[in-house]
Amino acid sequence: MAQIRIENIRKDFGSFTAVQSSTFTIEDGEFFMLLGPSGCGKTTTLRMMAGLELPTSGSIHIDGEEVAQKPASQRDIAFVFQMFALYPHMNVGRNISYPLLSQGMPKAEAKARVLEVAKILGIENILDRPVGGLSGGDRQRVALGRAIVRRPKAFFMDEPLGALDAEFREHMAEELRALHDRIGATTVYVTHDQLEAMQMGDKIVVMNHGVVEQFGVPQDIYDWPATMFVADFIGSPPMGFLRFQGLVGNGADRVRLGDCDIPVPVQREGAEGALVLGIRPEHVHLDDAAPYRAEVLAAEYLGTTQIVTLRTAHGLIKARLPSSTPVRAGEQIGLRFDPRKITLFRADKGRALRSAANERVLGHG
Amino acid sequence: MSYSITEPSRAQKWMAGILVVAYAVITLLPLIWIIATGFKSPSDSIAYPPKLFFTPTLEGYVNLFTTRTRQTAEFLAANPPQTWYQEIVAKYGMVIAGPSRFGERFLNSVIIGFGSTFLSVFLGTLAAYAFSRFKVPLKDDLLFFILSTRMMPPIAVAIPIFLMFRQLGLSDTHLGMILLYTAVNLSLAVWLLKGFIDEIPREYEEAALIDGYTRFQAFRKVVLPQAATGIASTAIFCLIFAWNEYAFAVLLTSGNAQTAPPFIPTIIGVGGQDWPAVAAGATLFLLPVMVFTILLRKHLLRGITFGAVRK
Repeated sequence: MAQIRIENIRKDFGSFTAVQSSTFTIEDGEFFMLLGPSGCGKTTTLRMMAGLELPTSGSIHIDGEEVAQKPASQRDIAFVFQMFALYPHMNVGRNISYPLLSQGMPKAEAKARVLEVAKILGIENILDRPVGGLSGGDRQRVALGRAIVRRPKAFFMDEPLGALDAEFREHMAEELRALHDRIGATTVYVTHDQLEAMQMGDKIVVMNHGVVEQFGVPQDIYDWPATMFVADFIGSPPMGFLRFQGLVGNGADRVRLGDCDIPVPVQREGAEGALVLGIRPEHVHLDDAAPYRAEVLAAEYLGTTQIVTLRTAHGLIKARLPSSTPVRAGEQIGLRFDPRKITLFRADKGRALRSAANERVLGHG
Repeated sequence: MSYSITEPSRAQKWMAGILVVAYAVITLLPLIWIIATGFKSPSDSIAYPPKLFFTPTLEGYVNLFTTRTRQTAEFLAANPPQTWYQEIVAKYGMVIAGPSRFGERFLNSVIIGFGSTFLSVFLGTLAAYAFSRFKVPLKDDLLFFILSTRMMPPIAVAIPIFLMFRQLGLSDTHLGMILLYTAVNLSLAVWLLKGFIDEIPREYEEAALIDGYTRFQAFRKVVLPQAATGIASTAIFCLIFAWNEYAFAVLLTSGNAQTAPPFIPTIIGVGGQDWPAVAAGATLFLLPVMVFTILLRKHLLRGITFGAVRK
């Protein structure tokens, strides 16, 4: 088991920079998610950690040992591929025992280890089957078996559930998390699915265009996004943005949107010009007495809640309201925002302004 | 994915059946004619209209493998034939003088054909793997250059090759012919195999690399077994070319390394037109490629990666 430290890692493919200057630390035993849209560099980052790509610059420490320029075979890690990459010319048992035999382990010992792993995964009865005819879930289990049989320092998984059917994914996600809790091995998991990341991860790194946007526990990332990209990428529906021109001073506890004063958390830095007020849908409330007005455009019924799309003078936002709240399209209503849950952003850089509420998460930098 | 499948109608099935039979007749007829002629007597072989039914004889095969001389009736009476093949030639007032050169020509074909096939596939696989997986400087230009050697008929460079072989002492040697056929086949092998190797997901090798194998071990234990289908079909193509090649063989080989194709026509010239012996030679000449193809047929048909990868 191991701590993994990534420092200023960078990868160029010709003139294209896939990952630029990323730094983060994965603690021993953590289930760590690399999250981002496709092409954001998350898979490249994982492949550099595994040794399948060599970084252009920067360092990677696994268990204190610098491994950035070492081949994959010397890093003692296991990798689970999205398409499983089971060796098609071998049966299930051979697939799982292959990494052991490659290390020169005696056959009898390898066989015992395979059996042990097969029991953990519940695949003892298919060890003699060819991999060709297996279901997606069984293939996934075999791929996991091949990874855990080696007892490596860390597991790297590249969208391991991406190839499974939607209904089966959730089941496999639970199984995977339970397996991790049982083995306790450091796991790095790449996904583009924010729900999966929130559901399974101890910590999340959100990447975009090769840059680490934010790094932290799921709740902090959801509640206090460091950038507008994170605010928009995480959450379904995402955070709503109200764009306005204005001024907010250091120490201010309200901003002026049109004719209304909106209370916000006490600001720790000031800004002027194009600003954005970010608010999650569940923190938008209807209040007929509120001065900030909006027009109801549509309501989406979701059982216990409904998602209401609202047009304000500063752009469209969404509110998550109880289904019992009566709303009619075209209606004019007043909006009240939970003042403790608001994040202000600078529109030009997309960066969150520090306030009393988010400074614990964003730091003092 | 879903396909809409409609059962073909009776008429369509009949139509397809007739087409297949017609195609089979067109392609198989010359083959059957050659095999049948090999078992005919010389007079049956030139009978007009051609005989569909005849008494089979091994005369053609005996003539193919032997040289014969005419003898007087007295000599034949004094030395009655001891074996069945002596008996056959005795009917024509001849005795067997010794073996013909067909055996060694045939062996030359085997050595050169299989030797160059092995070399083409071996080098082709390594080159194709490198082109498929590694950053090779000027990769596209190199691949085009390799392909461009196929843009003219190989025989167009016959004269330079003839001069080169003479200077290097490669004329009429097995090694020379193996190198020449390998050079011609290599472009085909590289391109075919690159296509097959491109289809093998890199993840297999990456999994092997992480499992502790070196790049070469991963290539040998993971890539090669999966490229077996491609290697088998490439080998068949290479063998068919090297086996059937006629023009270079006529030009560059004679006494020592001559292959079967330039030899078979020379059988005609010895004492009249011995069609059964020519047909017998052609029949035997067909066999190795047929056997090789049938042996590898399983590989050609079996999609061994089927179902292991989900795309």
